[in-house]
Amino acid sequence: MRAVVWISEDTWEACVDEARQLLPEDADVTLLHVAPTDVEELASHPGARLLGRHPPPPPGPPLRAIADEEAQALLESAQSRFARPAHTVARRGRVEREVVQACAGADLLVLARDGELRLGPKSLGPRTRFALDHAPCQVLLVWPEAPPRIETIPPPPRPKRH
Amino acid sequence: MSEAAALVVLTACLVAAVARPRWAPDWAVAAGGAVLLVVVGVISVKGAREALGQLGPTVGFLAALLILADGCRRAGMFDALGAWMALGSRGQPRRLLAMVFIVAAATTAVLSLDATVVLLTPIVFATAARLRTNARPHVYACTHLANSGSLLLPVSNLTNLLAFHASGLSFARFGGLMVLPWLVALAIEWLVLSRAFSSDLRRPATPRSGPTLEAPAVPRFALGVVGLTLVGFALSSLIGIAPVWIAAAGALAMVVRERPDPRDVVRAAEPTFLVFVLGLGIIVRAASDHGLSTAVDALLPHGTALPALLLVAVISAAVANLLNNLPATLVILPVAAASGPGAVLAMLVGVNVGPNLTYVGSLATLLWRRIVHAHDHETDMGEFTRLGLLTVPAALVACTVALWLALQVI
Repeated sequence: MRAVVWISEDTWEACVDEARQLLPEDADVTLLHVAPTDVEELASHPGARLLGRHPPPPPGPPLRAIADEEAQALLESAQSRFARPAHTVARRGRVEREVVQACAGADLLVLARDGELRLGPKSLGPRTRFALDHAPCQVLLVWPEAPPRIETIPPPPRPKRH
Repeated sequence: MSEAAALVVLTACLVAAVARPRWAPDWAVAAGGAVLLVVVGVISVKGAREALGQLGPTVGFLAALLILADGCRRAGMFDALGAWMALGSRGQPRRLLAMVFIVAAATTAVLSLDATVVLLTPIVFATAARLRTNARPHVYACTHLANSGSLLLPVSNLTNLLAFHASGLSFARFGGLMVLPWLVALAIEWLVLSRAFSSDLRRPATPRSGPTLEAPAVPRFALGVVGLTLVGFALSSLIGIAPVWIAAAGALAMVVRERPDPRDVVRAAEPTFLVFVLGLGIIVRAASDHGLSTAVDALLPHGTALPALLLVAVISAAVANLLNNLPATLVILPVAAASGPGAVLAMLVGVNVGPNLTYVGSLATLLWRRIVHAHDHETDMGEFTRLGLLTVPAALVACTVALWLALQVI
C-alpha cells in the first residue's frame, strides 16, 4: 500500500498520529509538504505592484530559501513524530493541485479537516476540499481535534406541511 | 494636434511603466517624453518649469522619506518588528494577525506604503514561516494595509504628498481629518480578512523547538528619529517650517548616524523613480492643458456635499484601477483641488483604497501580465480579487462618509 500523508502547518500532528495508528506496518508512506508559491510571490515581488518603482531587494535570505528551510524542518519534525520509515517530499506551487499531483499512483491520501469548528461544509478549508474532491485514490479524513460525539448529530428536519 | 501629442506621450510613458521593456526604461521614456513635449511646443518652457516647481518639493520629500525608511531598515527596525510580532502573537495566529495589523498600519502611516510593501511584507512572511503558521492571512493583510492604511498622513503615500501640496492643508489638519477614515478602513479590513481567513487563524502555531525567540534589541536611535520627525511634522505649521525640511533632517540624522555607503543612500532614494514622477508630472500637465483637464472637470462632481464626495471617491478609485493610482492622482488632483480640501481628500480615499481591487495595482498592469505570463501559476488572482471586492466598495463608502463627518466637525 502506498500512502501519502499531507503535512501542513496547521494539522500535521493529527495526520501523522492517525497515519501511524491506522496504516499497516509495511505501508510505503510519503510525508508531503507543499509550499504555496502565490503567497511567496505576493510577499517578494513588490516592484510589480508599485508603478515606476524599482526598489533594491532587501538584504537577507530570499523568501524562497526561508520557505524551503522551514518546509524541510517541518518534514523532519513530522518524520520523527511518525517514528517509522517514510519518504519525505517537499513540493512548491498551488497547494491543492500539487497535493493531487503527488497522489498519482498512491492508494491513500491522509489529510485533515482544517476549516471551521462548526460541523458542516465549512469544516473543510477550500484547498482541502479541492484535494478531497480530486484525489485519484482513497482518502482518510482526520479530525485534528477529537471527533464529534454521536449526540452532535442535529435533529432531522421537520416534514414540510402541504 | 497638441492634444493628441500629449496623450500619445502619456500613453507611451504608462505603457513603459507597466511593460518595463529593457530597452526603454520608464524613467527615460517619462523624461524623454517631457523634453519632447517642450521641444515641440505642446507645453511651454514656463509651463514645464511651473510643473517642476510644484512637483520638486514633493519629490524631494519622497526622497527624504525613502532614505529615512531605508535607515530604519539598516538600524534593524523591521527585524525588531518581526521579532516583536512573533513574541506578541504567543503562537496564536489570530493574535499574530492583530500584531501585523498594528505594525503594518503604523509603518504605512509613518514611513509610507513603499516601506510596508518593500521592507515589512518580506519580514512578515518570514515571521509567519518561522512560527510555522500559514503566512497567507498575514501577507494579505500587509498587502491590503499598504493601500488602505495609507490614508492617515501626508507622508503615508506619494498620492497624499502630491495632494497635500495642492490642498493647502497643514500637516496636522490633514491628519486630523483623515484619522477617522483611516480607522474605518482598518476596521473594515480586519472584519473582512479575519473572517475570510478564519480557518487559517484557528489553530495555534507549532514552532519548532530550536532557537528560542528572544526579545529583540530595540533600535532606539531610529525610533527616536522617527518619533521626533513625526512631532516636527505635527508642529510644522506652528513653527513655520515646511514639512519637507523636517523629513530631510530625519533622513540626514539616520545617514549621519549610520554612515552607509553613499551609493546605497542614492539607491534607496530611487532616483529613477523620482525622475519618472517629474517627467510624468510634466506630461500630465501638458495633457491637462490640452483638454484632459476639461474632460476630467466634466466627469467630476463639484462641491463638498456627501454625494459629491462619494462620487469623487468612486471615480478616483475607478481611474486608479484603470491606470494606476499615481497617474490617476496627477490627472484628477488639479480638478479636485478647485473644489477645496474636502474633494482632494475624497479623491485620496479613492486612489488609496481602490487599488486593492486589482492584484497588481491596475487593470493595465493586470492585462499586461496576463499577456506575458499567460500560464502564470504563481499568482492566485481570484482570491485577491475576491478579497478586494469584499473590502474596497465598503471601505470607499464608509471612509468617505467618515471623511464627510470629520469635515463637518473639524
